[in-house]
This record gives sequence, structure tokens and C-alpha cells, in this order.
Amino acid sequence: MFLAVTDEAKELTISSSRKGIHGTSRPATRVTPSLPEEPCASWVIADRVGNNSHPMNVIVCVKQIPDPAAPGALDAGTNTLKRDGKLVIDDSDMYGVEMALQLVDAAGGGEVNLVSMAPNSETSGMRTALAMGASKGVLVSDPALQGSDALTTAKILAAAVQKLGGADLIIAATESSDGYTGTVPEQMAEVLGLPSVTFAKKVAVDNGTLKVNRQTESGYDEVTCPMPAVISVTAGVVEPRYPSFKGIMAAKNKPIDEVKASDLGVTPVGWEGAGQKISGVAQAEARQAGEIIEDDGEAFGKIVGFLENLKVI
Amino acid sequence: MALNNIWVFAQAANGAPTSATLELLTKARSLSSNVTAFMGGDGNAIAVALGEYGATKVYAADHGSNLPGVAIAAAMKSVIDSGDKPDLIMFPQNYEGRDTMSRLSVKLNKTVITNNIDIADSGDGVTTVTPIFGGNTLVSTTFTGEGPFLAAFRPKSFAPEASGGGAAAVTAVQVPDLGATGGAKVLAVHVEETTGPKLDEADVVVSGGRGLGESDKFTMVEELAKILKGAPGASRAIVDAGWVPYSYQVGQTGKVVKPSVYIAAGISGATQHMVGMKGSKNIIAINKDKEAPIFGIADLGIVGDVHKVLPKLIEALKSR
Repeated sequence: MFLAVTDEAKELTISSSRKGIHGTSRPATRVTPSLPEEPCASWVIADRVGNNSHPMNVIVCVKQIPDPAAPGALDAGTNTLKRDGKLVIDDSDMYGVEMALQLVDAAGGGEVNLVSMAPNSETSGMRTALAMGASKGVLVSDPALQGSDALTTAKILAAAVQKLGGADLIIAATESSDGYTGTVPEQMAEVLGLPSVTFAKKVAVDNGTLKVNRQTESGYDEVTCPMPAVISVTAGVVEPRYPSFKGIMAAKNKPIDEVKASDLGVTPVGWEGAGQKISGVAQAEARQAGEIIEDDGEAFGKIVGFLENLKVI
Repeated sequence: MALNNIWVFAQAANGAPTSATLELLTKARSLSSNVTAFMGGDGNAIAVALGEYGATKVYAADHGSNLPGVAIAAAMKSVIDSGDKPDLIMFPQNYEGRDTMSRLSVKLNKTVITNNIDIADSGDGVTTVTPIFGGNTLVSTTFTGEGPFLAAFRPKSFAPEASGGGAAAVTAVQVPDLGATGGAKVLAVHVEETTGPKLDEADVVVSGGRGLGESDKFTMVEELAKILKGAPGASRAIVDAGWVPYSYQVGQTGKVVKPSVYIAAGISGATQHMVGMKGSKNIIAINKDKEAPIFGIADLGIVGDVHKVLPKLIEALKSR
């Protein structure tokens, strides 16, 4: 241990349940030392103990999804979600990217790297995260992956994490905005043999240990967790920065390593590896719209009458 | 394949099984006569209630200060390895349900199908039904290969009904050594104080959205909810903005509500929100934009400014 040990915890304590999030914007310049040559996990454990100033490497899982503003559609042939159009970064992942950048900043160094699985060599969503400040990424793009279930996705992403040499912390969103299975982060943790804390709404690092407020049905739990670990963060955990023009330009030249499932040694994948098949698609019974009126100043009376009819009042 | 042995991931709150637990037990019972509840903590306190809804057996794994998911999944795996192998495990679509099924899916190398609202066993296969695109399309997915099949269900997918069964027999299960995966420990539990009926149990829900304009205006929503003896709710937009805590959120990533009356004030009706409330018996929507999707499912739609309509409504109800 050659760096000074400090008792003062560099904490990031940004609550998601308060109005007005202040002080989260940080200088755009960051020191980004290169990764060590050896596998990261052992390096982290060996060198981290008792030192808060150690560089921290974070990997963020970034999903690239169809534009949520466009109506979703199923591919008529496969009954899978159509993902052949323009893809964008899932908004839910912006929080993870921002959280990672802030944690690395607070640690005084390290890198934020990305893993993603997407069809057609899609990188536009990853470029957004690179423009925010991430350093590089691994993209798994492979026609063989079509039809993959969440478990296969978790295996692929876990392998991509290992290809990057592991990290102190792996961050994902709680669920994607298009498929929302919501199991991949915890499945990744199990594949990697790591502890995990899902639904983190506040995250801090103190002396190499994660301090997380984890959302529960009735409030939240204070959870402590050693690193390396996997966490999933809720929307609103931090305020994502907008990529600067400089960041956008720099992102164009940041490396994205594209690989196939076979390069990662994950088999079987796609429909073959999925323990499920789509057996039918039907339209749900649509709810009919009722009476719609323009408020002329007296519309509240309509509501009162409606509630009276229902004997609510 | 026949579903001879079904497990339900059971949870307790305030000394009683949660409503999600009772819903799943009721459905499990219709698929098999052999239903086991698998839970964290001490099973004895709720064995009678679990039996009443169809469980004949309870496995209880004390997870201590571990997060429940990783510990209960390991306990489930050890019971399966010792010879009691379920054909299907039903989970509630909530925090602990998701964590547990995720961990277990890797241990068993089995797929998970989440967000379901129904399940059927045709004899040829076990098929779940999942709503997508805000619920306007229903996808049927059939498990392939051998069980255990792992499926999670959205709250209120099934109506809980007691079967009149006797107390379930409780077996304590040891949580195996979790190694590195057990690193996360719960230090403290915080319960957010709420008054009035619970959001997902209230007969009337009044929810506010971005149309309220600013966080202070949420008091109108709270006041109206109070007058109607209901619970206040919120769209994801204003939860993300930090106006109200997450526990108020109605929608895909929040609570699913099915009250008699749902009043949406200043909510446009994003898919994310609609899936959490479209099962309400009666929907009243107030929104400035007459093109707002919420009007497509409202029984009574008021195209108007919530800042004008709500105060008058509150005043009228107060003076009754």
C-alpha cells in the first residue's frame, strides 16, 4: 500500500427521494489511468484493503433499445420484439453510467467501461455512454443470439465483463424499458459468483465497501457489501449528465470491441439455449373510453356525480 | 407434463402471509394438489394461514442478515438436490421474488418467465401469459425441456380464495454456505411511515403526475385522497423528479392497483403507468391535453387544468 490512507470516507450520498438534486455536476476532466495487465478481480482484492484513494473500475451494462417514443412491434416471423430500427441507450441505464462516473471520480481514479448485447453491430447507445465519460466497451453482437432468454443474456454479459478483466463494481439498471424481465443483474452476479444488491436507491463507497440503501416494499434497507459486486440502480438515483460536445466528439474514437457469442465461449445461445418458446400472441380486450368533456369551469360537478353514482361518496 | 409438485415463494408481513402469497397459493392449488410454500424466516407463525390457502408443506429458511434472495435460492437448491424436485416454482413479481428466482435460475440453469398474469397446464406444456406494450398485447410463452419451471406473476393476477385446509407442516431448511455471493448484509431496516389505507389495497386511489407542475401541488392529490378515504399515488415521472417517495409509484416499476375508483390528475398515461392501473374498475382522468393516452381508458375524462378542477372538486366534496 503506497498511497496515503485516509479516514475520511469519500462518499457519494445522493438520495433519490428528495426534491432538487444539487451538487452532482462534476468537472468534465478526469484522470483515467490504464487498466492493469493482470486480471482485475484479484488485483482489486489484494490492493484495496483499507485504502479509499485507490482507483475504482466500474463496468456498466448498457442496453440499446428501440426508440421508446416509437410504438413497439413484434417481428411477425419470430414474435420477438422488433429491434431492427434505430436503437438508443435505454434511459434506465443513464443512471448507472452517471453513478459509475461519480464513483470513479470520488475514488480519485479508475475507469468506467461498458458491456452491451445488441443486434446489427449497434453502437449508438454505447456512444452516448462513452460521450458521458465512459472509456471503452465490449459489444456482443451476433445473429445467433436472437431469441436468447434472460439467463443466456446474463451469461453473455458476465463473459463480456470477464473479457474486460472484471471490475470492482458492475452496475445495471433494475430492468430494461423494452423487455423488462428484471432478472439479468442478479443472474449475472450468480454467474460471476459475486454478491449483489438490487434496487439500490443510494450508493456510497466507504473504505472499499459499498453502502447501499436498497428499496423495499415498505421503505428501504441499509445494506453493506464488499467489492467486487453487482448492483442494480433505480431510476432517479442520480441525475445523469448531458454529454458535452467535446464528449460526443471524443466518443467517436473510443474503442468498442465487437465479439460473437462463440468468442466468449457461451453456448448454447438464442432459441436453442432458451428454455422457452413463444406459443401465441393475442390482442388483449381493449378498455373502452367513456365520456370525455372539456372543462367549462363546472366539470368538477361531473366528477362529484360520477362518485355519487358509484356510492363512493 | 403434469404439474405434480408446485412450490410457491411465500412472504409474510406483519405476522400474516402477503396478499401476493395467497394469490399464488390459490392458483397453485388449481394446478396441483401438492403445493409447498417456501419462505424466508420462521414458518410456524403463518403455517395455519398458508395451509388455509392450500399449502400442505412449508419450507422455512432463516436467512439471518443475508439479503433474502441469494440465501433462499441456495436453500431451495439444497432441498431440490436432496430429492424434493418441484415441477414449477411460482414467484411474486417483487424485489425478493425477482432476486430469488434470478439466483436459482443460474443454479438450476433454467429460464425464467417474468411479468406473467396467468398460467395453464395443457398436458402438453406449461404456458404463461404476459402482457406487453402496456397490456394491449398478450404473449403466451411455453416452457421447453424439463422443470423446475420458474415463473413470476404480477400482483393481483389471481383472486385469493381460502381452501379450508389445515395447518401446513413446517420444515426448517438450513441456508448453505454462500461463499462470496453472501457478502451483502442488511444492517438496518427502515419503514416509511404511511397513514391511511395502503396504496395497493385502497378502494380509491388518487394519483398525480407531471401535469401538477410543481411538487407542492401534490398536496391537492393527498387532500383529495384523504377526503375519499383513499390513498395517494404518483406517476414515475414525479417519483423520478423526487417530488414523492418511490412507495407512491403506480406502474410497471411501481405498485399495481385495482381500486374501485382511480383518479389520474395531470397524468398523460405513459405505458409504464397504465399497466399499473388499467385494471381499476372506474377511471377518472383530468388532463389538459385532450390527446393524452389516459383518455383512451378513462370512464370519465375531463379535459382541463388540474389546478382549476381539483380545488373546486375538493371544495365541493368538503362542503357535503
